[in-house]
Amino acid sequence: MARKQSVRVKVNGKERQAEVEPRLLLVHFIREVLELTGTHIGCDTSHCGACTVLLNGKTVKSCTLFAVQADGGEILTVEGLIKDGQLHPLQEGFKEEHGLQCGFCTPGMLLSSYSLLQHNPNPSEQDIRWGISGNLCRCTGYQNIVRAVQFAAGKLAQKPAPEMTTQGAAK
Amino acid sequence: MIPPSFEYLRPNTIPEAIALLQQHGEEAKILSGGQSLIPMMKLRLARPAYLIDINRIAGLSYIKEEGGFLKIGGLTREAELEASSLIHSKYPIILDTTHVIADPQVRNLATVGGNLAHGDPANDHPATMLALCAQVVATGPGGERIIPIEEFFLSLFTTALQAGEILTEIRIPIPPARSGGGYFKLERKVGDFATAAVAAYLALDEKGTAQKVGIGLTNVGPTPLKAAKAENFLRGKKVDAASIAQAAQLAADEAQPSSDLRGPAEYKKGLVKELAKRALSRALERASK
Repeated sequence: MARKQSVRVKVNGKERQAEVEPRLLLVHFIREVLELTGTHIGCDTSHCGACTVLLNGKTVKSCTLFAVQADGGEILTVEGLIKDGQLHPLQEGFKEEHGLQCGFCTPGMLLSSYSLLQHNPNPSEQDIRWGISGNLCRCTGYQNIVRAVQFAAGKLAQKPAPEMTTQGAAK
Repeated sequence: MIPPSFEYLRPNTIPEAIALLQQHGEEAKILSGGQSLIPMMKLRLARPAYLIDINRIAGLSYIKEEGGFLKIGGLTREAELEASSLIHSKYPIILDTTHVIADPQVRNLATVGGNLAHGDPANDHPATMLALCAQVVATGPGGERIIPIEEFFLSLFTTALQAGEILTEIRIPIPPARSGGGYFKLERKVGDFATAAVAAYLALDEKGTAQKVGIGLTNVGPTPLKAAKAENFLRGKKVDAASIAQAAQLAADEAQPSSDLRGPAEYKKGLVKELAKRALSRALERASK
């Protein structure tokens, strides 16, 4: 067995550290060492995208990376989308538009869409389908996934309501 | 699937990386994007005892024009090519190519250098670089060495890179006026390797006669192929539908596809002919703009 190496990463905002074998895949690190099982292993051959996470702001297939490569980096998994108990607009969209059936591809779809909307806040249907082209779904036929992303794009585009004072005027 | 054990090394500079390659010889592999290598390691088809991760080495990722060449750093990610305004405006054949490599996640990590250095005839950039008469810069213990792309692909997964050498840059001659190219790939689904693909590049004179012709073929042989006979035929001729059709047939004749899950060899030959026609037509269209 190769010498274990230290991996230090910020995951969903929290510092995590562990000693791992170099051959430990990032997806196994996330699921088994960090115990964040929202990230799924679908094909293990880099096709399906169920293992998609954000590493240093970019979507990657975590089954095609070693954990040691992520050392010093920042990771966002599906568990990191929810903020203070509030669903991310994407999660709301998948709920409202029935963007999932079995849910296995969903974490990967959420993160690929998250990245898409960061780069392109007003995507066309074509843009959305291209943006999730690295994520396979066997259940839905993708229609409702596209609708879910459109829902989220719409929600994110709305300006947040200004805070009201007791007199009713915007702060 | 779990790869066999290996030692993971992460040099900070090219000289360090080269020294590690020399130290470990045949037992070491460079880890660039890893999007071809790691799947092979997971299947245990590749079993390097030492993995030399070059991803933290600064200064290997760039897209710039200099000294008559478009220079692309070996560590440049496919996603960076996709986002580059220079590539969009002046090198649409390269945009065509990077667009059809795998999918967004893979393109975030996959590198142009790796796409060439892996020596896989199924990778997409080789055919395009063959069509563009590119050069590869190999950096090794003796310094930099320039390898013309037509001498780079030796056999399946084997390139002209020698022990201790790393592919650090790709150079493409800056195209003259009245030139253009295109890359056409047929795949079973988004992200697949090519059933077949053709890259074509033309430089024309004012009369529409081909001065330079480059045609590269993807995944129809043990290496990426240069359709030299088709190129020689078209060079010096007026490029039109008739000459394109003949060149496309010659390119198909030069293909050496195998029958596999993506289709029978005869089908792939027919595909090369059609894709060559489309790629040459797109090259003509872009060269005539």
